[in-house]
Amino acid sequence: MAVVENNGKGRRWSPLSSPAVILTFKTLGSIIVTMLGLAFITFVIGRVMPIDPVLSIVGEQASKSTYDDAYAALGLDKPIIVQFFIYIWDVMHGDFGTSLLTARPVVDDLIRRFPATLELATLGTIMGVTLGVPLGVLAAVNKGSWFDQIARVVALVGYSMPIFWLGLMGLLVFYGILGWVGGPGRVDIFYADIVPSVTGMILLDSMLDGNWDVFWNAMSHIILPATILGYYSLAYISRMTRSFMLEQMSAEYITTARVKGLPERTVIWGHAFKNILVQLITVIALSYANLLEGSVLTEIIFSWPGIGSYITTALLSADMNAVLGGTIVVGLVFVLLNIFSDLLYRVFDPRAK
Amino acid sequence: MKPIRNIMAGVVMGFAASMVAMPVVAETPANMLVIANRIDDITTLDPAESFEFAGSDVSRNVYGKLVNFDPLDLGAGYGPDLAESWTVSDDGKTITFTMRDGVKFHSGNPVRAEDAAWSLQRAVILNKTPSFILTQFGFTAENAMDMIKAEGNTVSITTDKRYATSFVLNCLTSTIGGIVDKEVAMANEADGDMGNIWLKTNTAGSGAYSLVNWKPNESVTLQSNPDFYLGAPAMERVVVRHVQESSTQRLMLERGDIDVARNLNPDDVAGIAGADGVEVDSALRGRLMYISLNQKHPELSKPKVIEAVKYLVDYEGMQNSFLKGQYVIHQNFLPATYLGAVEENPFTLNIEKAKALLAEAGVEGLEIEVGVREAQERIEIAQSLQNTFGQAGIKLNITVGTAKQILGRYRARELDMYMGAWGPDYPDPHTNAGTFAYNPDNSDEAGATGLLAWRNAWDTGGLTAKVAAAVEEGDRDVRSKMYADIQSEFRDIAPFAILYQKIEQTGRAASVANLDLGGAITAVSYWKVTK
Repeated sequence: MAVVENNGKGRRWSPLSSPAVILTFKTLGSIIVTMLGLAFITFVIGRVMPIDPVLSIVGEQASKSTYDDAYAALGLDKPIIVQFFIYIWDVMHGDFGTSLLTARPVVDDLIRRFPATLELATLGTIMGVTLGVPLGVLAAVNKGSWFDQIARVVALVGYSMPIFWLGLMGLLVFYGILGWVGGPGRVDIFYADIVPSVTGMILLDSMLDGNWDVFWNAMSHIILPATILGYYSLAYISRMTRSFMLEQMSAEYITTARVKGLPERTVIWGHAFKNILVQLITVIALSYANLLEGSVLTEIIFSWPGIGSYITTALLSADMNAVLGGTIVVGLVFVLLNIFSDLLYRVFDPRAK
Repeated sequence: MKPIRNIMAGVVMGFAASMVAMPVVAETPANMLVIANRIDDITTLDPAESFEFAGSDVSRNVYGKLVNFDPLDLGAGYGPDLAESWTVSDDGKTITFTMRDGVKFHSGNPVRAEDAAWSLQRAVILNKTPSFILTQFGFTAENAMDMIKAEGNTVSITTDKRYATSFVLNCLTSTIGGIVDKEVAMANEADGDMGNIWLKTNTAGSGAYSLVNWKPNESVTLQSNPDFYLGAPAMERVVVRHVQESSTQRLMLERGDIDVARNLNPDDVAGIAGADGVEVDSALRGRLMYISLNQKHPELSKPKVIEAVKYLVDYEGMQNSFLKGQYVIHQNFLPATYLGAVEENPFTLNIEKAKALLAEAGVEGLEIEVGVREAQERIEIAQSLQNTFGQAGIKLNITVGTAKQILGRYRARELDMYMGAWGPDYPDPHTNAGTFAYNPDNSDEAGATGLLAWRNAWDTGGLTAKVAAAVEEGDRDVRSKMYADIQSEFRDIAPFAILYQKIEQTGRAASVANLDLGGAITAVSYWKVTK
């Protein structure tokens, strides 16, 4: 890096020129540019869509004067570019506008909705990783065996089964017939609003509050949708793990390790697995990010008030403040996970240091 | 969400067919009513602004009105509510209401004539979507203070000309007639909005229930008002949960996690029919399905062609297949249960008769475009029409689009034919008569886009005057007869074919009694419900 070389030439050290600070600024800069680009594209698409936001507020039967009032109140009489800059200006002041559909600030909606998705996606990803990675590794090690075949079928079913079908069947069997899990929604109505909302994630909030009744009730509600999302991510993660591992297992250093007489366990987990970690982190981060976008169908089936159905409903009604706010949050999640996996690379891959 | 819902519907059908009826295994508390409904249409709870179904459901239980419907006797029409009685001036223009004594808002403030007058003035001044229900009586932001006045414990409403008293009072039973606690609303005013922003998500009423909270797309929770002037409701808490899918609602009902499922599709209704502890109610709604012909079209304006089209609809076939349990045949512009509604449905599918009529009109090889909004049932109706029209030699080209695209062209009088739905705006016959059969100026310049007759460029001839006369007729029975006559003439000559009226099927735990869904004229009421 040029600045680092300058440093080496004896220029006075300044905190602003340290590599870590420069990296931080570069990262921040790329976040801002990405977010602005994302907001702009979403904004323009939203405006050219053949959906009338005014019509979705006032309805078909509204009089002309009511329509005109609402049209002006939304600022739609101004040129698109002006509308965009007004929007960005407001966002920079922490104001994402008011949602047309929920009649409250988009920030409030996101604060209420995103934790619901975060909770579900995190649990789903934990399940997907804890089961998917070992499954993939074992399938690769025992390539061609009955275990590998079963793992393949498990993954194939996870890939190809429509998620709403799995959701409905899961509800029918485990909720409807067996009664093992709670039904749709985040908790039973009797448990709603009992624990104070700190993180917005009911599992965490109830633990913080020490209210275990609510915790177990919330667990009984989240377990089914999380398992279904977890299964979906397991399918992806296990297949990727398997193919990464196969690549490593045929490498010469593995043969060398075996010839040296290392135990097979050390060969697999200590050598081969260690080398796939970087790739695996990318796969897991992507899969996690996909779940954090919100799975619209899962949310609909389980009446889960997440961000996926929020953005979709908003999009269909041209509720642009909500769409933009939601898109920015999802975009931010992708960027942050990207940075986080970059950081993990540095930990696990000596070459990236 | 429509495409998703459609995919789901297909899956759910197979799913439902394979299911066996399950016994009810759990129960909701005895003093709590839990309902599953689609509540994603609520965008505001302000009675001056709310105009959607789920919002009206909340409003009806939270806000008292000057006059209201008794949930256990909807057929009786409006009766006293916050107004104990009323008198009409000799010129028929002023109605003076005497307020009921001793009624309190949820805040504890007394319900005064001043609150009533202010609430109606406010609705006119705010000029939100439903404001036309009041402004049609000549109220404007400028004159509202003079036309609607409180004096002592009376409120007087003076209209710009004589209207049927039943017309004015019916309008006051709609959501916009809700009486708001002025003190509370004004304490939460921001930028001169008369409390609008605050009242979007909070309530200040005097009804049987007060709002605990509304979580968009999640739930609405209501708490009973122990001081309700008709007596404290039996259900102390009412929770309406947003559950999108019919099959999920059905499972919850069967599990006993909810008492009422409001959006069951025909397959799920069939699935729970006969199950222990569950009952199904069918309620008529106000929505009508219709087709209309643009009278600017040289061929479609011929009376014989108009008549022929009415014989080219497979009314029975559609009702008994994809519309089963959702729509029933209805060929008149007033929905059943409305004042003046009639039950004559003379048209059936008759290709030969239609062919003969087209031949008489000298029409051959006709090709027309029908505009349809992207909703499954509407597209299916259009496809059925395409088939039956084709059998009589009319080629029907279907254009599917969003509300903006299709309504835009319909309002600009550009479509040859329109296939769509119409829902009444308030519980008085004039709401539909005034749009289907009334069109005082048919010129393009008039721009009366709110009138369906105008959108179809139809000069309704003598019907416009008859509708205007009916709206002024003071005698309720005479007025009812006038609408019957208008509809009879309309059926014969109008370039409209009214096809169906909406019905809604609700699954209910057998223990729940006295749940009235409001029929076509009002919304659901919870205060008479017992378990």
